[in-house]
Order: sequence, then C-alpha cells, then structure tokens
Amino acid sequence: MIRLFVPKDVSALAVGADRVAKVLTQQAGEGVQIVRTGSRGMTWLEPLIEVETPEGRIAYGPVTPADVPELLAAGLLSGADHPLRIGRPEDHPFMVRQTRLTFARCGIVDPLSLDDYRAHGGLEGLTKALAMSPEAVVAEVTASGLRGRGGAGFPTGIKWKTVADAAADRKYIVCNADEGDSGTFADRMILEGDPFCLIEGMVIAGLAVGATKGFVYSRSEYPHANVTFTEALILAREAGLIGPDILDSGRSFELELRVGAGAYVCGEETALLESLEGKRGMVRAKPPLPAHVGLFGKPTVINNLVSLASVPVILAKGAKAYADYGLGRSRGTMPIQIAGNAKYTGLFEAAFGITLGEIIETVAGGTLSGRPVKAVQCGGPLGAYFPPSLFDTPYDYEAFTARDGLIGHGGIVVFDDSVQMGAQARFAMEFCAIESCGKCTPCRIGSTRGVEVIDKIMAGTERAANMAVLEDLCQTLKYGSLCALGGFTPYPVMSAVRHFPDDFNGSGTSAKVPAE
Amino acid sequence: MASKTTNLVADWDPNRAAAIINAHLGLEGPALPILHGLQAAFGCVPSEAIPMVAKALNRSRAEIHGVVTFYHDFREAPAGKTVVKLCRAEACQAVGGREAASFLLASLGIGWGETTPDGAVTVEAVYCLGLCAAAPAALVNGQPHGRLDGMSLIEAVAEETQP
Ligand SMILES: Cc1cc2nc3c(=O)[nH]c(=O)nc-3n(C[C@H](O)[C@H](O)[C@H](O)COP(=O)(O)O)c2cc1C
Ligand code: SF4
Ligand code: FES
Ligand code: FES
Repeated sequence: MIRLFVPKDVSALAVGADRVAKVLTQQAGEGVQIVRTGSRGMTWLEPLIEVETPEGRIAYGPVTPADVPELLAAGLLSGADHPLRIGRPEDHPFMVRQTRLTFARCGIVDPLSLDDYRAHGGLEGLTKALAMSPEAVVAEVTASGLRGRGGAGFPTGIKWKTVADAAADRKYIVCNADEGDSGTFADRMILEGDPFCLIEGMVIAGLAVGATKGFVYSRSEYPHANVTFTEALILAREAGLIGPDILDSGRSFELELRVGAGAYVCGEETALLESLEGKRGMVRAKPPLPAHVGLFGKPTVINNLVSLASVPVILAKGAKAYADYGLGRSRGTMPIQIAGNAKYTGLFEAAFGITLGEIIETVAGGTLSGRPVKAVQCGGPLGAYFPPSLFDTPYDYEAFTARDGLIGHGGIVVFDDSVQMGAQARFAMEFCAIESCGKCTPCRIGSTRGVEVIDKIMAGTERAANMAVLEDLCQTLKYGSLCALGGFTPYPVMSAVRHFPDDFNGSGTSAKVPAE
Repeated sequence: MASKTTNLVADWDPNRAAAIINAHLGLEGPALPILHGLQAAFGCVPSEAIPMVAKALNRSRAEIHGVVTFYHDFREAPAGKTVVKLCRAEACQAVGGREAASFLLASLGIGWGETTPDGAVTVEAVYCLGLCAAAPAALVNGQPHGRLDGMSLIEAVAEETQP
C-alpha cells in the first residue's frame, strides 16, 4: 500500500486541494491510499502533497489538478524527480529553521486518528499529568515560563494557580479560539490539523485546577475547523479521553465546542464569557478577574488555544526542555504566522529571540510582488506598523513593547511599497468603529471621528490642525478605553503617522477604500 | 438599491422553531446555539422567533433582540441565494483585496452587505477567514477560495450562481 498525503486544511482547500485529491483518487490506481492531513504550514506551496517512500515522505507543490497526470507519469508514487518536487518537507529551509513543539504533528498526522496521535507522542503529557498531583502540574506549567499566546502574554501557570486556589463547586476551562486578528491562523491550524492536542491540553488544565467542564469558543468564520473539531470531540469521547472517566483514571472532564457569531470583540476574554452565557459580547470591567468570577460566575481559566495546545508537550518533555528555548522572559516557542505580501507565507514556529528582519527577509523571503517591503503589521489589527528601520527588533514580548508594538497572537502582515499608510491608519479606525462593543465613548464615537479626521488630513484640509486632533483622539482612546480594542487602535494609527509621515501629506492620494 | 430587508421569511414555521429552541435548552448558555440553529433553518433569525426564544430562556424580548443585533452574523431577513463572505482585513488588503472587492461589487452593482435585486448574491464583509497566507480570500456559499483577484473572484461567484 502506497500512502499519499493531501492536506484538508482550509488554506489548501482554498487553492484546490480537494480537486487535486479527487484527480489523484481517479488516476493513482489500485494500492494507493490517500490520507487527508492538516497543513505543514508552508502555505505558499499549497496544495502540497506528499508520498511515503523508504527515504521518508517526499513532497510536491504547489500541485494543480492538471499537474497530476504528469506527476504520476514522472514517478510521483516512488518520490521521483519533477520540477514540483520539494524533497523531504523537514529538509526544506523553511522547516529546518523551525523548532516545532506545539505544531510538531500538524500536517503530518491524520487529524482524526487517535492511533496516529499516540504514535506521534500524543497523550504522553496527559499520562504524566494523571500520575502527578494537581499542584505539581501547575508548578510544571509555571516553570516552563509559558505566557499567554493570545496577546497579553500573562504567565499561564500563575493564572492556573489562581483558579486552582479558588474554592468553588464548579470551575471551567475556556479555550479562546476566537482568532480574529488579521494575519493569524495558528489556532485554526491546530483545530484542523491536530485537534486532539488541544483536547489533551484542556483535559490537563481541568485536572490541574479542578475544573470538570470546558468550552472551546471558535468562530463562525472557521466552518471547516469547526467540523473537524466536532468530529474530534466525538472520537475523543468514544476513546475515553474526555467524559466521566478520563483514560480509566476515575477523573472526569466534559468538553463542548461553541461558535461565535462574527464579533471581533468577543476575542476579549470577558466579552467571550458574556457571549458564552448567551449575552451581547460586552466587555466586563476587571476586577473581578475571570479566574475568580468567570463563566456563569465561577472560577474560570480562559486561555488562548495555542497556550493550551502547548501544555501537552510541556508535560511530555518537561518544563525545562520548553524553557530552554527563548530569550529573557519570553520562553519557549511562538508560532509566527507570515501573511499578506510575502513570498513564503505560512506558519513558522520558532524560539523567541529571532529578529523581525530575519523573519521578513530570510524566512519570508521578502515580498511576493518582488517590490521593496514598506511596512509590516505585527500582532493583528491593534498592532503597530513597523518600518524596515526597526527590523533589528528581536521577537520577544518586552522588545516589541519597548518599540510601541506588540507580538500579539504572532501574526505578521507584510506590505510592499504600494501600500498607502494613510489608508491603513484609516482602516484601523474604521475597524474599531465597526467592532466596538459600545461600552466606552472614545472607542464607540472616537473611532468614527478618527476616520473623519484622517479623511480630512488625506484631503489636505488644515493638515497640521487635524494632525493635532488625531494625536489627541489617540491619547483619549489609549487612556479612556476599558479594553485593548479602543486602547490599542492608536498603535497602528500612530505608528503609521510616525514612521510614514509622507503618506499623510494631504496630497489626497489615499487609496480609496470602499465605504462600509 | 437592494437592501438587507427586501426578503421575507417565506418558510417560517413556528413548530420547527420551537423544536430548534427545545433541542438546545439542556445546554449551559443556550442562546447563541439557538440563534445559530434558527438562522441555519430559516436563513435568518425571524422576528417571530424572538418572543419564543425570550420565553424559553426566561429573558425579555428586548434582551434577545439586543443579542441578535449585536452579532454581525445574525440576519433579520434571509440573504441572497449565494452568500459571498469576502475578507476586508489587512493581510488581504496587502495583496490586492480592496481592488478585488471593488471589482466584484461593481460588477454586481451592489455595496457591502447588500443583495442583488434578483436575490441571487449577497456580499458580506468579514474580517479574516484565517486564510491570510493564501490571500485575498473569500468563502462563497461556504466554499473557501484563496489567492483571488477580481477575475477569479467573479468566476468563483459565477460557479455558485450558475444552475
Ligand atoms: C479586542 C480584543 C480581542 C482579542 N482577541 C483574542 C483572540 O482572538 N484570541 C485570544 O486568544 N485572545 C484574544 N484577546 C486576548 C484575551 O482577552 C485574553 O488575554 C486571552 O484570551 C488570554 O489567554 P492567554 O493568556 O492564553 O493568552 C483579545 C483581546 C482584546 C482586547
Ligand atoms: S474599548 Fe471599545 S470594545 Fe473595549 S470595552 Fe470599550 S467600547 Fe468595548
Ligand atoms: S454589532 Fe458590531 S458592535 Fe454592535
Ligand atoms: S486577513 Fe483576509 S483571510 Fe485573514
């Protein structure tokens, strides 16, 4: 039996992977099994298909349905040479530079095979956790130095300890999979490519803090991920990985998937909890912290999906092995997601400390268009635009903060020199206005004012005076907002103003944005 | 110009709505699953269903109406036959997303959130589909499309709208 691997990850489907799989099924002949996997994260090469050979898996990409007959004739099934041949994926420069811990299995295993999961190290972490005291599990996560991968970078172990120490009849684990940041897809890739890893991480979290119920809050923009994860939950329940008696331990943990309804602000943890409770996604004032008064008023661990999916490998390999990677107070690895106008787009998991310049110039290979890089937006729609002059910034929470930026959830969007930064600043304000939960006046009203002021600046109307108004508005947003939607919108806006003043020169050349 | 509210819920069925509501009442926090269920069945959250949901959840009508209007997904009237969820966010902008979107909207003669007068196509803005490494991206009737430009976007929509 020859095995061919074709990704089912939605990014591969979006560029024709299903059609390629169909033609392969028709033409590869008897004795060939097609296994659908997640994505390796080399998205620019999708559809990236692989064949199992004695030398390992050999990859070809990007493959179109029309390439299939020629590939088969050239000897695809034995890994033969062809212009589309990539060789062994793990030998590709994009992969060689990575440290795959959280994403070790993604793109390799059949995401819905628990046997495959076990064969690739799955459940080692949970097995260890079941033999440890809850306090020891929390201590291990704390010692790993893991910080929240959702954006704020709060130490995960400390959050868990707060919930573990809270006395309550019921506690919850909530996975924040409301991955709304443009330029990010790490959560989605795990949901589609290694869903059991998230389930394992959440079960461990439940054991560690004494919670017996978990929710994964995903988004409606991820229909494929939600289908895969729903199937994974069924399989996990059948196998006793979740349910009343986890792996015959006598401990219980139930897990449900919930899907949002198109509201960026529901990624903010308290708005997410409101949404899970069936309310409008309005941000709650803190304190109380969710760790004390969370879902349905009960102590709740709410963590980003990548934070939770990193727990199994931390338990399996030990806190020290994880903490050995990284720089300063940023320990372990980060799945950096390279998107937009980059030559090599995809997911690059690396230890903290790599510089932004290495990521953009070497890993991402510069722009797709071949034109010079003008700016990169790091950390989603609330993140700053960095000019090439700041490319020496190391990928590290503190280093980014020191330069008025954030790494956020690890997204990096590359723009070439055709981008008009005034238009980008305008979009940041517009996005804030569209997605504001409405609780704070600066965020709700100020953002619309921001759009108008930028329009005036771009039209050349009283430029200096309006620039001052814009700066003022940003100060008001920064200090008068309850959450980071209003509070951080000034980052993309002011970074654009500061680093690209020429794009606000009032020459009226703003790329016209279609009105909402 | 076509608008969001030209269509009526032709297949409104209170028994079906009640069944959907009841099926979710055992859940913790059932409101969103119920609203998703109603929209999946009727193409929108019919106004007739609001008092039913309110009663079942022991909440006020105003509160449930507030929930429905808060979330961008929930519609008060059904969309066109083909729904294009077109990404407007930054990674798509960086590779010509704005231009592709303008091209499609101009060719359909509608704006964001609108439906063509014949009820064939609705174009909705979404902010990131997680396809940012294969941008610009869209979901056309749930089917993912990436590395789009104006022409291929129109083709993707035409594929779905042709009988
Ligand atoms: C407007 C807004 C949107 C957010 N979106 C997300 C998101 O999509 N995913 C996420 O994990 N965290 C998001 N966050 C951060 C969460 O509030 C919270 O910090 C995170 O879920 C905590 O998990 P972690 O400690 O594992 O990162 C968002 C915050 C704000 C203010
Ligand atoms: S800053 Fe904006 S999104 Fe955040 S709580 Fe205030 S109004 Fe809501
Ligand atoms: S519907 Fe988007 S903020 Fe109210
Ligand atoms: S920004 Fe368009 S798919 Fe992510």
